[in-house]
Amino acid sequence: PGTLPVGGIESKCPCGVVAVQQALPWARAPAACLNFNCMLILLPVCRNLLSFLRGSIQRCSRSAARQLDRNLTFHKLVAYMIALHTAIHILAHLFNFERFMDAQLDKNDTLQYVLSQIGNGDNRSYLNPIRTKDTNPTYVMFTTIAGLTGVFMTLALILMITSSTEVIRRSYFEVFWFTHHLFVIFFIGLVLHGIGRIVRGQTPTSFQENNPAECEKYYREWGKNGTFCPVPNFAGNPPMTWKWVVGPMFLYLCERVVRFVRSQQKVVITKVVMHPSRTLELQMRMKGFKMEVGQYVFMQCPSISQLEWHPFTLTSAPEEDHFSVHIRIVGDWTEALYKACGGDKTEVQDAWTLPKMAIDGPFGTASEDVFRYEVVMLVGAGIGVTPFASILKSVWYKYVQQNANVFTRKIYFYWLCPETEAFEWFADLLQSLEGQMVEKGLTDFLSCNIYLTRWKESEAAHFTVHHEAENDPITGLKQKTLYGKPNWTTEFNNIAAKHNGAKVGVFLCGPLGLAKTLGKQCRTHSVSGVKFIFNKENF
Amino acid sequence: MGKIEWAMWANEQALASGLILLTGGIVGVAGQFAGWQFAAYGVAAGVFVCLLEYPRGRRAKGTSVERTGQYCLTVCVKAFGPITRNYYVRAFLHAALCVPGGFMLATVLGCVCLGIASLIYLLAAIRGEQWLPILPKTETREKPRESIKEPPQNPPPRPPADLRRKRLEDVEGAAYVNPIPVTGSED
Repeated sequence: PGTLPVGGIESKCPCGVVAVQQALPWARAPAACLNFNCMLILLPVCRNLLSFLRGSIQRCSRSAARQLDRNLTFHKLVAYMIALHTAIHILAHLFNFERFMDAQLDKNDTLQYVLSQIGNGDNRSYLNPIRTKDTNPTYVMFTTIAGLTGVFMTLALILMITSSTEVIRRSYFEVFWFTHHLFVIFFIGLVLHGIGRIVRGQTPTSFQENNPAECEKYYREWGKNGTFCPVPNFAGNPPMTWKWVVGPMFLYLCERVVRFVRSQQKVVITKVVMHPSRTLELQMRMKGFKMEVGQYVFMQCPSISQLEWHPFTLTSAPEEDHFSVHIRIVGDWTEALYKACGGDKTEVQDAWTLPKMAIDGPFGTASEDVFRYEVVMLVGAGIGVTPFASILKSVWYKYVQQNANVFTRKIYFYWLCPETEAFEWFADLLQSLEGQMVEKGLTDFLSCNIYLTRWKESEAAHFTVHHEAENDPITGLKQKTLYGKPNWTTEFNNIAAKHNGAKVGVFLCGPLGLAKTLGKQCRTHSVSGVKFIFNKENF
Repeated sequence: MGKIEWAMWANEQALASGLILLTGGIVGVAGQFAGWQFAAYGVAAGVFVCLLEYPRGRRAKGTSVERTGQYCLTVCVKAFGPITRNYYVRAFLHAALCVPGGFMLATVLGCVCLGIASLIYLLAAIRGEQWLPILPKTETREKPRESIKEPPQNPPPRPPADLRRKRLEDVEGAAYVNPIPVTGSED
């Protein structure tokens, strides 16, 4: 965004440019960019629209559909552009206001002064938006529609930006979410910004009679008897921004309506399980709910908060008759949910005491692509292993129960965990999988590598003593837990050696540092036959 | 929204306001606008606010993330003790600092933003929050284990007394292997 036909501006507003020199184009250019960027910014956050697009595009091209996973990154980039262009626009207008004011205060008989006096009688054909010399730029800003909407828009934008920093977003999500709704004020201001028609250009009829190229020099004689240059007339340019943003605004409105309609569907909690290390599992049913592996949903609990929607990965497989989420209890909302579901009570709760829930989703992520790869590497760090719970369960159902012909031949699963307590609910799943695989003679299909990245000295003694035991002392699995961080180079080398000629899908749900490491490993090892394709999942 | 530390957001807002005030001030002075003295004030106030707000405070709950290179400023800000620790002081300071910015168009945006930051700081102060510095934990030297520090409380294990009595008639039989290896002292 950003090519401005400067020739076009100057040929329509040469007088404007004379009055304020180059500041006018410097303000109009970012304004044009802002039109484009404000059109784009609403689109990446229309989750349901993107989900629909993803589904349609996936039939044609998988890699194109994957670009839609980066919608939040795109939203942020466009936001940075909006901030940058707003800054340039405001700074240019500071110069504009100052020069328009100077033009009014000019004591000499300059062109600027003469231009500013045009339209003093009827107040319609004027050029200079500052109409009198008994004022100051600040006052003018607050008394024009453009100025006032500009102030509100900028304040909304600044508040949105300061509450969207990483620190605030990760730790105080509600502040970010509520403040971000100031975008409504921003867009209202944006549409109304040009209504006052403050940017003036010479009317076409006037341009015929008073051509600036010829008449500029004779400004002292405009309109006087015996001259051929009448006084030029100016009119305001009509507002253009609404044409850019009305479409996306309508799409976003539809998106919110869809979210609301979906949230009205009845969701029933069928089971509540309290796992160790403050993890709550909710099993639910909803009519017409269809999911794929690794998708996530947004959940709302009206009894806790009418406005908060929180994302959670689905941990159940599509083959099951219910869908489930595992929720870590870390903040206000999750704590309240835990209490509402009777987590702190010991006796069994009746179904009618459980809170009403609303679900929006499911929304797709990269994990959907897992079964399209012949060989798959799944890497989860800590709680980031949750999407893979869904995948592994689905694997079990497909192979063991349905015996379907699955394209995926081998799964390498890596779980990096800083503490032993977090293992429990997932360890149960792995144990049952391991048992089933042994029964069916399919031990080669799934290779689990669990890495404990931190441990206490007291635990270390226990591990050493039980090193020779058949089942792992932490997980109870036959596959031993490994300590420290995995040596990715070795792992990638082994996999590349074993699967020459295959496309290996690498899926990560974890921190940025690990993403960088794995991305680099994928690139360095994607040589001579084996291709490692990296997919990162994040919220 | 119960557990939110408003000071974290106030800090982001105040830092942004400082930058905005500074930028507006620079433009006002460079362009020699009418009332450029207010712009010059904006530059000074903007720099001051940026320096004061750059070091992020320590969160009461959870991990605190420092801004790059904030250690020196943390030490400086910490040196002012209660003046910088108390958020009421910051709220009123920002409110006072923002006022002169309102007299000139170039600095008016910085003025309003700083005013908003002041209000959020006031909210933080009412909720009892404080600015605490993020300082690296001083490394504790590994203390030598307890058993080394104190002399042994019990005598070394020995065979019973009658066995130890010197038996001149049976020198061979009187010899016994010390259960704990004995090393001769060096001096």
